[in-house]
Amino acid sequence: MEKSVSFVKTQYYTFAHPPNEFALETGKKLGPITVAYETYGKPDKERSNTILILHAFSGDAHAAGWHRGDKKPGWWDGMIGPGKAFDTDKYFVVCSNVLGGCKGTTGPSSINPATGEAYGIGFPEISLQDMVAVQKCLLEYLGIEKLFSVAGGSMGGQQVLEWLVAYPDHVQSAIIIATAAKHSPQQIAFNEVGRQAIMADRSWHHGDYYRTSSVPAKGLAVARMIGHITYMSDGSMTEKFGRGSGVESYLQHKGKSFVDRFDANSYLYITRAIDSYNAWNGRGIDNAFKDLSAKVLVLSFKSDWLYPSYQSLEIVKACKKTGVDATYCEIDSTYGHDAFLLEADKQTYLISHFLDKVSSGITDVDYEI
Amino acid sequence: MRSDIDDIENRIIVDWIEPGSKVLELGCGDGELLAQLIAEKRVRAQGIEIDDGSVYSCVKKGLNVLHEEIDEALSDYNDGIYDFTVFKRSMQRVVGRPDAVLKEALRISKKVIVSFSNFAHYQARWQILVKGKTPVTPSLPYEWHDTPNLHFLSIRDFEGWCRDKNVIIEKTAYIGRHGRVKVAPNLTALTGLFLITK
Repeated sequence: MEKSVSFVKTQYYTFAHPPNEFALETGKKLGPITVAYETYGKPDKERSNTILILHAFSGDAHAAGWHRGDKKPGWWDGMIGPGKAFDTDKYFVVCSNVLGGCKGTTGPSSINPATGEAYGIGFPEISLQDMVAVQKCLLEYLGIEKLFSVAGGSMGGQQVLEWLVAYPDHVQSAIIIATAAKHSPQQIAFNEVGRQAIMADRSWHHGDYYRTSSVPAKGLAVARMIGHITYMSDGSMTEKFGRGSGVESYLQHKGKSFVDRFDANSYLYITRAIDSYNAWNGRGIDNAFKDLSAKVLVLSFKSDWLYPSYQSLEIVKACKKTGVDATYCEIDSTYGHDAFLLEADKQTYLISHFLDKVSSGITDVDYEI
Repeated sequence: MRSDIDDIENRIIVDWIEPGSKVLELGCGDGELLAQLIAEKRVRAQGIEIDDGSVYSCVKKGLNVLHEEIDEALSDYNDGIYDFTVFKRSMQRVVGRPDAVLKEALRISKKVIVSFSNFAHYQARWQILVKGKTPVTPSLPYEWHDTPNLHFLSIRDFEGWCRDKNVIIEKTAYIGRHGRVKVAPNLTALTGLFLITK
């Protein structure tokens, strides 16, 4: 059997208690905030071996190992563990659920201590910047000043970009997978259809369904079905379903099981946050990575039409503009956007060698441009 | 395909590059030259390569490599950001126009090193003129149907291009069948190397 980090437990950190609430990007205050997180491996003496893993849209803090009684390991177990790409024999790996989520971190389905009821759509608008700022608070609590690496795909990749532009001095390397500096109209369009499906469901009750006995199950399921179509490719669907038989029931099953594990309001808040994010907003693409000394690995997948390679090449362009050391590879895969969860071998090869280089400092030469 | 010419060629390029400089290699293959440059000259190295397998080899060596076509990769760089841009027999393989890529290389780096297979080597001339066949030589080892080369030129062609475009040739080196050659390079050299600048 493949080695794994074995049994793990999700941990919780609560901060920003009133009156010291967390200041959101919009200026609104939120507190207290609870963050669900997991860790794998051990920190070294200097706490210089930490890798922060950032999950994608529907992911959670449970990235690797097993929860007792579960039938499946964490969502990136193929990549995180002893001897794997993110080698827990060498690195201290941290993963947390994002702000606005529904997997243990404060979000719209959490109880607002001021009212004793779920926030619902009374939850303040959150941004991708807020998600990353909350992660920074968690790391400070864990006593980690500088990250050896920060890695993620899709929405996780957007957060890696935010780490690079917001905290360039706290990152030694970055792995940016199948993502975009800002969403294209096409990406926003798919998310908007998902949002409209949820809000069109009568059980949504303007976001106030927590008090009722039902949830907007149909709307959320349709939203997820659309999502799944965008995560696959023409090729991977043909391979999986032959001449179309089974695709309907597959999507229905995916939609239904999503309802059991995800909150409809979280869907709305998180998709809005990722749709409005633009990594170049601050200094523009030409200067976004100015003063960045981190080494960067950018990965895309050939059949990914949701986050096409040209969007990864735009991130590479930002590296070129300021002379940041970068490696980019378009991985040959037929899995579409899902490839970042499925193409473990190729990613393992590229990521483990990249991290080896970062730790050996092979290209570290003092040089002024 | 590796040959003795590769070693001599790498040696000349490494000797031409100043220690600690910033180097971009276009079509860097498995990254052998860049690894040698880092080891011997402590350069800050970046490679660009389109072949998947070669990109993986570069990453294994710990090199910075971008998986891109040369033609499309250069416009994003600012002027003079590199000290050296190197085409090691890759200029012949660019999909678009080699002159456009050379111009871009001269814009983004202070100096450009170009090496290419000489189409006017006496063996090639003999094969065309007497045998009536497309030449196959130690520096042009491919048949017409399996060559990665899309453009063919002679040492005289390249000198002429530099003259026409007011590009300064700072250094030259020529490699023949038995090592370095100096006399009548357009006839005796299998491979020509040029260090050029604007």
